[in-house]
Amino acid sequence: MSYQSDLYQQVILDHNKNPKNFREIAEHSHSCDGYNPLCGDKIKIWMNISPAGAVEDVSFSGSGCAISKASASMLTVNIKGKTVDEARVIFDEFHKMVIGEMDVATQKNHLGKLSIFSGVREFPSRIKCATLAWHTMVCALDKTGETTIE
Amino acid sequence: MEKIKTNPAPFDVDAVRRDFPMLATELDGKPLVYLDNAATTHKPRAVIDRIVKFESEQYAPVRRGSYRLGEAATEMFEDVRKKVAAFINAGDHRQIVFTSGATQSINLVAHSFGKRLLAGDEIIISNMEHHANTVPWQMLRDEKGCVLRVIPVNDDGTLSMEGYAKLLGPKTKLVAITQASNVLGTVNPIKEIVKMARSVGAKVLVDGAQSVPHMRIDVREMDCDFLAFSGHKIYAPNGVGVLFGKYDVLESMPPYVTGGDMINTVTLERATFAKPPGRFEAGTPAASQVIGLGAALEYVNGLGMEKIAAHEQSLLEYGTRVLSGVKGLRIIGNAPHKAAIISFWLEAAHPHDVITIIDQDNVAVRGGHHCAQPVMDRFKVPATTRASFSFYNKYEEIDALAENLQKVIKVFG
Repeated sequence: MSYQSDLYQQVILDHNKNPKNFREIAEHSHSCDGYNPLCGDKIKIWMNISPAGAVEDVSFSGSGCAISKASASMLTVNIKGKTVDEARVIFDEFHKMVIGEMDVATQKNHLGKLSIFSGVREFPSRIKCATLAWHTMVCALDKTGETTIE
Repeated sequence: MEKIKTNPAPFDVDAVRRDFPMLATELDGKPLVYLDNAATTHKPRAVIDRIVKFESEQYAPVRRGSYRLGEAATEMFEDVRKKVAAFINAGDHRQIVFTSGATQSINLVAHSFGKRLLAGDEIIISNMEHHANTVPWQMLRDEKGCVLRVIPVNDDGTLSMEGYAKLLGPKTKLVAITQASNVLGTVNPIKEIVKMARSVGAKVLVDGAQSVPHMRIDVREMDCDFLAFSGHKIYAPNGVGVLFGKYDVLESMPPYVTGGDMINTVTLERATFAKPPGRFEAGTPAASQVIGLGAALEYVNGLGMEKIAAHEQSLLEYGTRVLSGVKGLRIIGNAPHKAAIISFWLEAAHPHDVITIIDQDNVAVRGGHHCAQPVMDRFKVPATTRASFSFYNKYEEIDALAENLQKVIKVFG
């Protein structure tokens, strides 16, 4: 196990340094404040969802570690243009991957580049960092306003 | 890097380290560099052996068996109460209440002493408290309609004594303040704080979780009404803590947790309560942990608190200089009088990334908000990385931390 090959891969470091869609969407249809009380990471997800259920725009703001920031950044890139139902499927697969319930190498999935986070399962204390943005996205879709992962 | 001068330790640190089995452990062939002593401390063999002896040769119910084994166990248990009293120079050992830890000690005061407070009464805390010395008072405020006032913290991490003076008034009933901040390291002038509180007739609770293990404590000199601390931060097991309370104050307080052991008589209609400390020790006590605490105090007394403080201060001084030399590192908390705690923000990486990377070399420090979110807000950081030292730490371990931080910078550079 090595942090550089398994956790801090170049793609993750790049997204941490230059996050995509790192902005607020003033006129949004959905948003949620996500909070990890264990480490104090705060991430807000902003979305515009069309009446037909397509994610037209998605962004994030907040502060957190490299894993949570890169995960949020890649989330926005991945789900933009997808339907809400597709986004929920990806959340489910992402979650199963990082908690070690799905092996992306052998099981069919829709994760694409997100499978780079599979190494997180080797670092149990970092799983919540990787999933914070995703839980926050689901919260935004459910329109519950804020969520806390424990 | 320029070589920084180090003071020789007043005892043989390598020999001391051999007393601690955990310090000889390795992960992936790498020796443990343990710099998280403000979270919890390791146990010397003397403590472990004492507990094993008690559990395997001397175990019996304390304070209830009238057979010889029970009486002997009770005597050992009560003997620790006397040791604790002597350790903090409390005098009368009936002023020592065993709890499960500093958190419970503070909650005991909030629930029991707090019963007498009325709407409009004021409680003063500071902006550098641990959540354990914040949340109980918020709960009490909400229940009683009290007012909670907060002493500001200066940019260097010291307490604003001017701010404190302004908050004191005829309605102030209690000042609850830490002696040493678990984030900033700041050591507060408790004697002066108590003196000022007395001028308005307020009681003072001191959170000693981070001070009692690291400096000579004299509750009579400080003149505080309460002092709370935990066993596991002073080389004793988890699950035991202490509340010191002045006897007349304890005697004026109602029970907190009720049940067996804390009564005089019980009928189906009513109960009368035992005198302190029994009144506050309902249920079967954590005897093994208390016995372990006694052994831990013997151990630190053997080294000498003055010598312990001297070596830890040298580590603090060395650590401050070494870490200040790391590019993009900002130390949070620069008070002139500090416990051996260094919290910092590293520009290159978030504390959790720092922890994960240096953990690969088995260097253990804490990252996060340290159960002190109001301190994070005050210094406008989401979290910090914190190195905290014990007398068993070596200068080389601080070097290992600094070298690992260079690795972090390289990864995130």
